[in-house]
Amino acid sequence: MSPKTLYDKIWDAHVAHEAEDGTCLLYIDRHLVHEVTSPQAFEGLRMTNRTVRAPDKTIAVPDHNVPTTLDRANAATMTEDSRIQVDALDKNAKDFGIHYYPVSDVRQGIVHIVGPEQGWTLPGMTVVCGDSHTATHGAFGALAHGIGTSEVEHVLATQTLIQRKGKNMKVEITGKLRPGVTAKDITLSVIGATGTAGGTGYVIEYCGEAIRDLSMEGRMTVCNMAIEGGARAGLIAPDEKTFEYCKGRPHAPKGAQWEAALAWWKTLYSDDDAHWDKVITLKGEDIAPVVTWGTSPEDVLPITANVPAASDFTGGKVDAAQRSLDYMGLTPGTPLSEVEIDTVFIGSCTNGRIEDLRAAAAILKGKKVKDGLRAMIVPGSGLVRAQAEEEGLADIFKEAGFEWRLAGCSMCLAMNPDQLSPGERCAATSNRNFEGRQGRGGRTHLMSPAMAAAAAITGKLTDVREMM
Amino acid sequence: MEKFEKLSGIAAPMPMINIDTDMIIPKQFLKTIKRSGLGVNLFDEMRYDDDGKEIPDFVLNKPQYREAQILIAGDNFGCGSSREHAPWAIKDFGIRCVIAPSFADIFYNNCFKNGILPIALPQEQVDALMKEAEKGANARVEIDLEAQTVSTSDGEIFAFEVDAFKKHCLLEGLDDIGLTMEKAASIDTFEAKAAQARPWV
Ligand code: SF4
Repeated sequence: MSPKTLYDKIWDAHVAHEAEDGTCLLYIDRHLVHEVTSPQAFEGLRMTNRTVRAPDKTIAVPDHNVPTTLDRANAATMTEDSRIQVDALDKNAKDFGIHYYPVSDVRQGIVHIVGPEQGWTLPGMTVVCGDSHTATHGAFGALAHGIGTSEVEHVLATQTLIQRKGKNMKVEITGKLRPGVTAKDITLSVIGATGTAGGTGYVIEYCGEAIRDLSMEGRMTVCNMAIEGGARAGLIAPDEKTFEYCKGRPHAPKGAQWEAALAWWKTLYSDDDAHWDKVITLKGEDIAPVVTWGTSPEDVLPITANVPAASDFTGGKVDAAQRSLDYMGLTPGTPLSEVEIDTVFIGSCTNGRIEDLRAAAAILKGKKVKDGLRAMIVPGSGLVRAQAEEEGLADIFKEAGFEWRLAGCSMCLAMNPDQLSPGERCAATSNRNFEGRQGRGGRTHLMSPAMAAAAAITGKLTDVREMM
Repeated sequence: MEKFEKLSGIAAPMPMINIDTDMIIPKQFLKTIKRSGLGVNLFDEMRYDDDGKEIPDFVLNKPQYREAQILIAGDNFGCGSSREHAPWAIKDFGIRCVIAPSFADIFYNNCFKNGILPIALPQEQVDALMKEAEKGANARVEIDLEAQTVSTSDGEIFAFEVDAFKKHCLLEGLDDIGLTMEKAASIDTFEAKAAQARPWV
């Protein structure tokens, strides 16, 4: 048999039909659904008298719109159009008989955090969701990617997706990370190296010692941002850490089924001599704690660097960089560590898991948020929140002056009331720094949870290593 | 889905790279449960000021581009989220074709589901079309999907690539789901086999 990559293996196990021209029907094992990109798809089913083909493989949770303030049980905290979307999901989940975690359920949270947490996401699966950060689930060695609403409808109706196979790209991070450097710094540095279109047309497999050393939470952070590098999906081969994480989760297999699953999962790795269309290698020890300075996730620099000038770039990036600098209100040459912020947001499907909160708490313990700064922590799920309370992290956050919120997407995309005002500058652990992403005119700097915590204390972008 | 065969229209120039889906349709307009009506909010934050008044400099606010049916843009158009609201807004505005050196995968795919033709051309050819588009309403650009060509009013012709299956669906205005359902037997067979091989799924 010819050598295969991990992507090849999962792909081959899921082709339900292949046309002569190579167009395939890829069978989908898990379909995750949220309130923003699904109403039109369910409406489409109703109009054509179609049903959901595999409701037992379809899981829905509202996350994008929901308020994260403690009073959210009061319906008045939601705007009317948000409420209509959440109500539509309630109704669609009920009418079509799919698994559902309503806002009132402690298991509710960001769809990409809930899936793994509940054991819906398992190695070797195909996972899709009407959301580009579905790549997150690739951390388990699952082929996972975002789809549009028409495709959501297609998967609901047929449990398949029309696909052509992508190319294979290997991103290897060798050696060890230095202290203060995290999964977020890896994933941002990779995008800094490849650009936001570097992965277009590829499925990335992340490998190497620095990736192996990461926890499952860290691996999810890395894969989450594969899409920011243009790749629809990012993968990490499953190993003992993966199996350990999955074991005992509510929807993970048990008993003999677990053993059977494990036997297959252990075959899920890229063969030594597999073919790669593109290979990128970064040295773990070269990666520094980074922040973004511009309005594209590729605008990444070590925190020790200065704000660049447009003239440092070439081609279309010259104009783009100038536009970013104007939008971000930054002067070339300014040390990044002197840039003052107004807001800190810790959360999102990139960094809203328990390990992220532990990393932030380690920095914040016994410290105070800088006077006048708005700081909030939004756990990725109700269960993450409960665990953080049990571990005493919540007390550390509250004593430091952070708002301690309920689970949701919140200020990652500001569809709920958590928004930046024009000109406000935010240290954020989310994944997109696009213009207006966190509110019209808002300015976003992406970084790790530890870096965001450090920024909360000083009120400036800060090198976390100085606080360790 | 609406068919796409030929199109002759005004092309609007947007010489920016990395035009993301948040720019195309900001999140406050995603709170809809319909597919229609998003055209007025296409490029909302670039198109209107804080008071909701049109910004005259923005290309689609200029008189000569109000009826544009083609958009010419920079690299990596449509990067960012999977929101199909982006192609819905583009279509609702009246644009049926976007030409750029490259597109983000999900956006590219979403276009075809909505009767929009995304065309990737080499940078020099996009540059030439950008110049052409800057002439305004006098320069109509012609797209022929069957022949896979883009022609300018000066008679310059550029050939483009498109996946044969996607082309077929667009030319005929076919509904993917209907096509896939014709293969239900294959899906049934696969599902039965997979249930044996991986019963835990
Ligand atoms: S947390 Fe942000 S990136 Fe993640 S699913 Fe929610 S809105 Fe999307």
